[in-house]
Amino acid sequence: MKLVFAVIQRVFYAAILLLAVIVLNFFMMHLAPGDIADSIAQTMGGADEEIMNEIRAEYGLDKPFLTQLVQYILKVAQFDLGYSYFYTQPVTSLILSKIPATLLLVITSQILALIVGVLLGVQSAKNPNGISSFVVSMLALFGYAAPVFWTGILLLIAFSLKIPIFPVAGMYDVMVEGSFFVEALDVLKHLVLPVVTLSSIFLALYSRLCRASMMEVLGSDYIRTAKAKGLSRNEIIYKHALKNALSPVITLAGLQLSAVVSGAVLVEAVYSWPGLGTLAFNSILSRDTPTILGILFFSSLVVIVGNLLTDLVLRLIDPRMRGSE
Amino acid sequence: MNKIFTVVAAFAVAIASMTSYVTADESKRGGTLRAALAQTPRHLNPAVQSGIVTGFPGAQLFATPIRYDENWDPQPYLAKSWDVSDDGLTVTLHLQENAVFHDGVPIKSSDIAFSLETIKANHPFKTMFAPVIEVQTPDEHTAVLKLSQPHPALFLAMSSQLMSIIPEHVYGDGQDPKSHPQNSNNVVGSGPFKLVEFVPDEHVIVERFDDFFMENRPYLDRIVMRIIKDPAARTIALENGEIQFSAFESIARNINRMKENSNLTVTPEGYAAIGPLDWLAFNTAEGKTSDVRVRKAIAYAIDKNFILNAIMLGTAQDARTGIYPGGPNYEPNVETYDLDIDKANKILDDAGYTKGSDGMRFALTVDFGWPGMKDRAEYTKAALKKIGIDVTVRASADFPTWAKRISTHDFDMTWDTVFNWGDPVIGVHRTYQSSNIKKGVIWSNTQQYSNPEVDALMEEAGKETDQAKRAALYSKMQKIIADELPLYPTNTLPYHTVYSNDVGGAPLGIWATSSPMDMTYLK
Repeated sequence: MKLVFAVIQRVFYAAILLLAVIVLNFFMMHLAPGDIADSIAQTMGGADEEIMNEIRAEYGLDKPFLTQLVQYILKVAQFDLGYSYFYTQPVTSLILSKIPATLLLVITSQILALIVGVLLGVQSAKNPNGISSFVVSMLALFGYAAPVFWTGILLLIAFSLKIPIFPVAGMYDVMVEGSFFVEALDVLKHLVLPVVTLSSIFLALYSRLCRASMMEVLGSDYIRTAKAKGLSRNEIIYKHALKNALSPVITLAGLQLSAVVSGAVLVEAVYSWPGLGTLAFNSILSRDTPTILGILFFSSLVVIVGNLLTDLVLRLIDPRMRGSE
Repeated sequence: MNKIFTVVAAFAVAIASMTSYVTADESKRGGTLRAALAQTPRHLNPAVQSGIVTGFPGAQLFATPIRYDENWDPQPYLAKSWDVSDDGLTVTLHLQENAVFHDGVPIKSSDIAFSLETIKANHPFKTMFAPVIEVQTPDEHTAVLKLSQPHPALFLAMSSQLMSIIPEHVYGDGQDPKSHPQNSNNVVGSGPFKLVEFVPDEHVIVERFDDFFMENRPYLDRIVMRIIKDPAARTIALENGEIQFSAFESIARNINRMKENSNLTVTPEGYAAIGPLDWLAFNTAEGKTSDVRVRKAIAYAIDKNFILNAIMLGTAQDARTGIYPGGPNYEPNVETYDLDIDKANKILDDAGYTKGSDGMRFALTVDFGWPGMKDRAEYTKAALKKIGIDVTVRASADFPTWAKRISTHDFDMTWDTVFNWGDPVIGVHRTYQSSNIKKGVIWSNTQQYSNPEVDALMEEAGKETDQAKRAALYSKMQKIIADELPLYPTNTLPYHTVYSNDVGGAPLGIWATSSPMDMTYLK
C-alpha cells in the first residue's frame, strides 16, 4: 500500500516537473536571438523579406510570447507536440521514428558497460594494489576523460580505415537486402563501434564505482564470517559481496539514463547514427523549436520514469530500501 | 536572326553528341553510385526550397527548361530549343514532345507556367523571375514568357535547381506548396531519376527513370545519397570506399588528406555558377567602419596570402570582387589592397585616428557566421593590432544568432560566405542595392551600402542583353565597389568534389551537384 502511495506521489511530482521543464525550455528557446526564419534562410542560401515574415506568421512567431507558451502547453496536454518547422512533419512521429535507433545504441552500450564495468571493478577490487587494478584504473580514467568524438574518430581510423572491418556511418547498409539474419548481422556490424565508443564513458564510471563499493563490502564483518565458514573466494565475491556492492552501481546506472541520451548526441553525430541525438543536434542548429521542445519533453520523461524504475529495482534487490515500509 | 542561328547550331551539336553517346557509351549503363550528403534536406522540392542541400537530390528528381555546359553556354534540356524576340521581351520555349513526369503524365507548357508561378511566389530569389509578367501557352509544347524588360539572367535562372518543373496535377491541388506532403514522399518529378525513399537524417535514394525524355540517359541505375554530417567521418568513408562521391567538401585539412589518396580524384572544378565567396563585410552606415579610409586601412592590413596559404592551406583561390572569378562578368583588374602595414597606418594617421598611450587607435568587433571561420576572425584581431585597431572577436552560438546580429546591423565587421547563384542579378545585386537594405533579412545589403551610381549600373546591366556591354557595366561596378569597399573579398570557398576513380562523368560543369547527373557512370 505504501508502495502504491509512493508511486502516485512520484507521478504527481513528475507531472509538475514536466510542466516546469516545458516552461523553462520554451523560455530559453525564446531568449536566444534569431529564429527558424533565419535558419531557413540559411538552408535557402538567401532570403526575402516577405518570405521571412510569412514563415514567422505561419509558425506563430509573431504572436506574443505568453500566447505562444499557453498554446504550446495546451497542445502538449493533448499529446500533440506540434509540427516540425525544419522537417515539415509532425514532431511526435518524427521522434517516435528515431527512438528505436537510439534505444538500440543506448541499451546495448549500457548493458555492455555494466557487465564489463562490474567485472573489471570486481577484478581490481580483489587486489586493489596490483597491476591489474592499476590498468583498470588507467583505462577507466582514459575512457572517462577522452572526448567522445575523439574516441569515435580514432576508432574509425583504426577499424574502418587502417583495418577496414567496420563501416563508417549509419545503422544499416541500404544495399544489403536478404533474410532477417543477413540484415541483423549488417546492423550488428554497424553497431559495434558506436557501442564501444558510448560505453567507454560509462565503463569508467561503473568500474570505478564497483571497485570502491566492492572494497568496502569486502572489509565488512559478514564477509569475514563467510571466509571463516570456508567458502571459496569466488563464492564469497560473486554470491555474497557483489549483491551488496551492486546497489550504488544500479543507482548510478539509473541516474545515467539522462547522460546516456545526451552522450548519444555526440556518438550519433560521429557515426551518423540515425537516432534522437542526430535529430536533437539538427533541430538545435536549425532552431526548430517544436522538435527541440519535443525531444526535451521526451528526455525528461525518460529520466523521470528511469528514476522511478531505479527506485523500484533497488527496493527489489536491497531489503534495506524496503525497511521503512 | 543571328541569335536563332546560334541556338539551332547549339541544338544540332547537342543532338550530334547525344547520338555519339548512344553508340560509344552503352557500356556506361548500370550500377549504383554511393554518394554522400553533408546535411539532411528539409525536403526535395527545389521549386520552393533553395539551397545546395536540396539541390543535389532536387536536380536529379526535377528537370529544368535548360541546362549549362562547363563554358557557361546554355544547352537544351526540357526545352529542346528557344528563341528570344529582338526587343528581348519575349522568350519562347519549345518543349520536348516525349517528356513525361514520373507518374507518366506528359509535361505540358501549362506545367511550365505553373512551376514558374509557384517559384515566383515561394522561392527566396525574387529577382530571378521578377520581370516575367506572363507565361502564355499557345500549345502543349510551347511556353511563351512575356517580360516587362529584357532579362538576361533568365537563362541561368531557368537552369540547375532554380526552375524545377513540377507537375501541376500534383502540386496544384490547393495545398501550400511549401509544406506539400509530396515534397518529401511520393515525389512526382520530371528529371532523370525518380525517388525511391527519403529518410531524413539517413538517406535519399533515387533510381533511373526509364521513361526519361533523353534517350539512353541516365547511365546510372541508382544513386544512394547517404547523409553523413561529420566531415571527418565522411573523409574516412571516401578513403575506405564506403562512399564513392561527395561534393561541397570544404575543410582544407580533409581536402589535402584526400588528395594524397591515389584512389580518389579531388577537384575544385564545377562551382563557378554556385559562386561561393568569403569576404569581410563592413557596417558602412555606423561607427568607425562608416569611414571608407578605415575600411581601406583594414584591407591593407589583412594579408590575403596568409588566409590563402596558412588558413585555407592552398585549397582556395584568390577572389577580388563580389563576382566569382572566371565567370563571364568577373573583373580581375581592381584594387587588391595587397598587404601594406605602413600604408594602412599612414591612412589612419592622416585621417586623424591617433594612437593612444597603449598604441591603439580605436576598438572594433568582428563576427563570423560559421565555426569554420573562427580562425580568420582570430587572425583579423592579430592583423589589425598592427595598425592600432583593438578587435574583439564575437562568437555566435549558432547561425540564427549571428544572422540576427548582422541583419539588424548590430556589427562593425563580419566574415561571411555568400553565393553568386549563377547570374549577378540573382546573387550579387542583393549585396549592394540600396533598395535591398532590409533589416532582419540576412544576405540582404546588410553593409547598408548605398551608391546611386552602383544602383544604376546594376539596373542597366540587369537588362543588357549584349554580353560584352553587360560585362563592361559590371566591370565598372566592381571597380567602384573595390574602391569604396563595403566588403573586402578574400577568397573563394574551397569547395571540392571528391570521387573514387571508378566514377566517370562527375558533375564538373558550373552547377556542381545542383545539375542533373545523367551523364555520370561507373567504370
